[in-house]
Formats: sequence, structure tokens, C-alpha cells
Amino acid sequence: MHELSIAQNIVDIIRQYVPDTQGPDVRLVRIKVGRMSGVVADSLDFCFGAIVHGTALSEARLDIEETPLESHCGGCGNTFAVEGACFQCPKCGSGEIQVVSGTELQVVEIELSDRQAGVL
Amino acid sequence: MSVITIERKVLEKNDEIADQNRALLKRHGILAINLVSSPGAGKTSLVERTLEGLGKRLKVGVIEGDVQTDLDARRVERYGVPVVQIVTNGGCHLEAKLVQDALSQIELRDLDLLIIENVGNLVCPANYDLGEAMKAVVLSTAEGDDKPLKYPGMLRNASVVILNKIDLLPYLNCNLAELKSNALQINSRLEVFETSCTTSAGIPRWCDWLMTKGARKP
Repeated sequence: MHELSIAQNIVDIIRQYVPDTQGPDVRLVRIKVGRMSGVVADSLDFCFGAIVHGTALSEARLDIEETPLESHCGGCGNTFAVEGACFQCPKCGSGEIQVVSGTELQVVEIELSDRQAGVL
Repeated sequence: MSVITIERKVLEKNDEIADQNRALLKRHGILAINLVSSPGAGKTSLVERTLEGLGKRLKVGVIEGDVQTDLDARRVERYGVPVVQIVTNGGCHLEAKLVQDALSQIELRDLDLLIIENVGNLVCPANYDLGEAMKAVVLSTAEGDDKPLKYPGMLRNASVVILNKIDLLPYLNCNLAELKSNALQINSRLEVFETSCTTSAGIPRWCDWLMTKGARKP
């Protein structure tokens, strides 16, 4: 259960783009959480809310895209979704596979409110 | 509304420090192993048997990670090797920065092998690179032969799996072949060892393998 420190890392990254002094401008934080990233999306959402509460980021909410677990077979070149815990190619049975998606934990982009964007 | 594209890994700060650790260890020719398991699988016992088994063949340093207490470091220091205890105070995994701080407390010049014993947890430590050359997962037979299937993330990120407590097999409802096959189903590249830290079965093969990986620098 390390979603709290993950949430803090996300805040730290946002702060490099939008310094604290500019007010509650960040509306949305898009992040990607892979199915095998070891992070529980609901828990991360809760922790992020708790961390930004009462801060300049209090208006920001997380938009979490959960990415499926996909692998590429080194044997036959097949790309497939990993079902359950079977890391074997369903086409040729090879175990020589590489996970190509589903382990990511990434801040994709942030959306700023109109005030920040200079519309107001 | 305006959008700022970021596309950065959330754990990038940890990964950067891990890379620094890796570079430092490489510079000193040290093989670093991140030893992970659930609580009670036998990590510390394996460290002890490994130190006995290697004898003076490799110079070993140990970093012990624990949620609380320095009990493990006290066990390990009896073997006369440099050991640093990290107490995470509730933290469920070691992070690269903690290991970096610990490395500054060890004389690295003479070491061949560094064993980093992580906090007992098969979930979170999978995602935190510490700068190790490889992760070794200890799974004990007492945990059941279906254990690997429940923790694919850890086994996918590991290079080695050590099936420990094989001396208990007569008393357990655990099929060793099934345990092994489940681990290999998650990651076919795993190097598999079968050990007992009570009888020391399998420890010589494990130590010989470590010798091939961490052999003394010229």
C-alpha cells in the first residue's frame, strides 16, 4: 500500500509545471496506471484527494486510464492480452514473451482552468 | 482550457537514483541482488546460509530492510560482514534513495556481492528499482504452490526464484513441481533453486551459481 507516496510523486511532478503560487489552476491530471503496475486506481484516487486537500491543487482531480496487460511473443511475433496469470503465447505456446503494456505508471498531461490559460 | 503534455514516469525520481546506485556498484565491480519475498519466507535465513556457504570465496555486504527493528542486521552481523539496517518505519518497500544512503555507510572497495534484503512484501517492491543487477524472489513451500500465480508482477521482474523450506514438504499440501511450473509459467527465464535453510539442502548449488555471477574482480 504505497499509493500515498505515489500520489505525492504525482504532485511533485505537477508542481514542476505549475508552481504553487499560481493558485488552484489544475483541473485534471491524466495518468496511466497499468494493470500490473502494483497500484490500485481507487486507492490512488483517494490518496491524491487527501494529499491535495487544502492546497493550491485542491480543485485537481485524477483521470486514471487503466491500461491492459499486453505481451509480444518473441517466438511467433504475436501480440496478445495476458489473461489471468498465463504469460505464454496463446498461439505458439512460447514463454519467451515481453510485456509491452500494463506496467506503466505515468503522468500523461494536465488540464488547466481557463483562468490559468489566460481566458479570464 | 489548456493542456500541458507531461508524459513522465511517476517513479522517475526513484529510477534516476537507482541508476546512480547501479553505476556506483558497477564501478566497484559489485553484483547487487535485491532479495524479495513475503514475510517469513526465509530471506534472512537464506542470507545467513549464503554467507556460510560462500565462506571467504566472495566478499559480501548486506543491506537489511525492515519495517521495524534491527533484529535481522544483528543476525547477519554475527557473520562478520558489513551490514547496514534500514528501518522504513511502516514503509512497505525499500526505495533507491534509502539504498543510496545505506551504500554511503559501506566500504564498497573490497566487496564482490551486495545482498539487499527488502521488506517482506511481494507487491510494492516489484516496482521500485534499487539499482540492483537482479531481483531474487524467495517463495517458501509453506505458502502453497499457487503463490506465483498471485504475484505475477514480482516474478516477471525477477531473474531468480528460490523455492525455500523444501524440508517441510512431507508435512505440507504443496506440490514442488507445481510450484516450480507456476513460477515458470509467469516467467520462463527464471533461474530456479530449491533450498532448505534448516538442512542447507540446495545452498551449495545456489552459492556456486553466485560465484559464477559475482566472481572476484581481477
